[in-house]
Amino acid sequence: MVCAGTGCVSCGSFKIKEALEKEIKAKGLAEEVQVVATGCNGFCERGPIVMVQPDGIFYQLLKLEDVPHLVEEHLLKGRPVKSLMYVPPAEKAPVPKMKDIEFFKHQRLIVLRNRGRIDPEKIEEYIAFDGYEAMGKALSGMTPAEIVDEITFSGLRGRGGAGFPTGKKWAICAKEKASPKYLICNGDEGDPGAFMDRSVLEADPHAVLEGMVIGAKAIGASKGFIYIRHEYPLALKRMEIAIRQARDNGLLGEDILGTGFNFDLEIVQGAGAFVSGEETALIASVEGHIAMPRQRPPYPAHKGLWGHPTVINNVETWATVPNIIRRGSDWFQALGTDTSKGTKIFSLVGKIANTGLVEVPMGITLREIVFGIGGGIPDNRDFKAVQIGGPSGGCLPAKMLDLPVDYESLTAAGAMMGSGGMIVMDDKTCMVDVAKYFLNFLQDESCGKCVSCREGTQRMYEIVKGITEGKGQESDLDLLEELASVCKDASMCALGQTAGNPVLTTLRYFRHEYEAHILDKRCPAGVCKALIRYVVLAEKCTGCQSCKKACPNDCIKGTLKDVHLIDQSRCIKCGACKEACKFEAIEEQREEAIQVI
Amino acid sequence: MAGKTKLRIQDLAKIREKTKSLMTIRESEGRARVTVHMGTCGIAAGARDIMDALLEEISKANLQDVIVTTSGCAGLCNAEPMITIELKNQPPVKYGHLTPDKMRKIFVKHILGGQMATDLVLAVGSETVY
Repeated sequence: MVCAGTGCVSCGSFKIKEALEKEIKAKGLAEEVQVVATGCNGFCERGPIVMVQPDGIFYQLLKLEDVPHLVEEHLLKGRPVKSLMYVPPAEKAPVPKMKDIEFFKHQRLIVLRNRGRIDPEKIEEYIAFDGYEAMGKALSGMTPAEIVDEITFSGLRGRGGAGFPTGKKWAICAKEKASPKYLICNGDEGDPGAFMDRSVLEADPHAVLEGMVIGAKAIGASKGFIYIRHEYPLALKRMEIAIRQARDNGLLGEDILGTGFNFDLEIVQGAGAFVSGEETALIASVEGHIAMPRQRPPYPAHKGLWGHPTVINNVETWATVPNIIRRGSDWFQALGTDTSKGTKIFSLVGKIANTGLVEVPMGITLREIVFGIGGGIPDNRDFKAVQIGGPSGGCLPAKMLDLPVDYESLTAAGAMMGSGGMIVMDDKTCMVDVAKYFLNFLQDESCGKCVSCREGTQRMYEIVKGITEGKGQESDLDLLEELASVCKDASMCALGQTAGNPVLTTLRYFRHEYEAHILDKRCPAGVCKALIRYVVLAEKCTGCQSCKKACPNDCIKGTLKDVHLIDQSRCIKCGACKEACKFEAIEEQREEAIQVI
Repeated sequence: MAGKTKLRIQDLAKIREKTKSLMTIRESEGRARVTVHMGTCGIAAGARDIMDALLEEISKANLQDVIVTTSGCAGLCNAEPMITIELKNQPPVKYGHLTPDKMRKIFVKHILGGQMATDLVLAVGSETVY
């Protein structure tokens, strides 16, 4: 945008505009770059001014001879020219641009393209950023088969975990003769530390809705359900508003956009069980039954909701669909790897400098996500592992950091894409304790239908818990591996089939930690409370009584200026005394802390 | 604006153009557009207090030309609560780690004074949309 206010025109902005147009044409960028004259910018003393959108970068005091350099560097090579940039007078250095910040720099937004820029409760703001354009295109200018083909060619795979090709699923369902057919949006996000779906539903509910209308046309469905867990009140509220607005504007309901196509949506609230995210369990829940999985086949695409053909996709998958229809499958294909196309959203949590939601191209390495976007591990600690894919996923160690993030690579490494939770762990994390945490979660969430999963997760939890308490035996590791493999073979749904993953990957990559717990009765990370103890070092203790005052359990004895003593039988290993001591007189001992009888 | 009338495909483009011009404040009469990022993460971190402080300052200063709006999570959850301020013809500026007091300072310096509160700025510009 070239400023064409009186001030700038008098400094020669029209000549700059002409020179820009000429240079852009010469570089063959005329198709992509548009030169626009704007009204006065109000920075007349800095004219002529040019602003480059969408970067929002301001160039000032331009001269004709700057133009070729500017076009070459910024427009062609994407490198803003610092020397010409506007620096506000009070600033010594330019403030950081979003593009320079590691966290934002490596992200490529497709599904999250509207995050932070539209008001999710205003349908017209969604429309302002090309919303419902894809739906218009699909309903008026495409046949169902063309829509299915477009999705198939795009290479889009389910973003809920397993990565089944979306186009294939739709094609299977489209072929079914039975009527009515149903669509379901799976918003039952249950992985600890994962919040991708919630964020999409909260930030851009209309995108999910638009994707579903397009899917409805593709498979011939007239009714759809959006399943959102009741722990997501804001997502529920915003989706309710979105559905109401879409209906009021004729974008949902009968005769959508005047094309004669009918489709309506309803929200179903889930009660928050982890297993409800499994598709057959979710369908049972929508039908009003207890959320328990059933045997597949028949797959839902053949016989789903109330026995009718049903396409069930994840929130992120649905929100990707309008973008593919609008921009074309070739556009989508261009990003990603051979087998995994497009982008994936991850929620980055744990011991990492930048926690948050990131959307990255498939094929990016874990290192780029953790150390580039995530900013590495805080407090100068070392990276130990990253847990990917929720309870069904696995923990990958530092040596796997250069692994590309795609469905196949992650599965081969023993983890899985899952819905996209990423928990980063530092060297103060005990991997046995992590396995215990996930097993506890799984044994709690197992629906109990399959014996292998119901009993298997409980026994595995008990064994690992025993190991963390110093009661482990050498034979435990073989038993764990056996239980995990039986659980995998004999359970019906993905929850049971993958329940062994937290144990298997930690055993595969961190076996030495299990061995330290079992053989040396030692927790290398100092996490397992039964395997550490706090002792007062007599030579350093000044008897100042700070530790005694800090102890929440009153188990430190000692009078002023005398060496203190911790009563080990009552110590709860909270570490408050160590923190309170100014003389480093309290030591955390990890070696043979307990004597096993 | 979108109302109770059933839209036709050609109406989408009209709404798009109209809303876009309102949103960019390039052509609207607004002095500034302030977006408070209110996903669950933002709200949990105190975005409502930020919103209250902002609205209070606006009403105290009796400003009619500041557009206050909300949006979803901006992605960088550990910097919540966050806001984005856009002044006429300037790139959007994101502020993070806010408190009501910081919000009031930013209000005076940036919204009233037109100068970025550089010590509190997180970043300038927009994200890369593929």
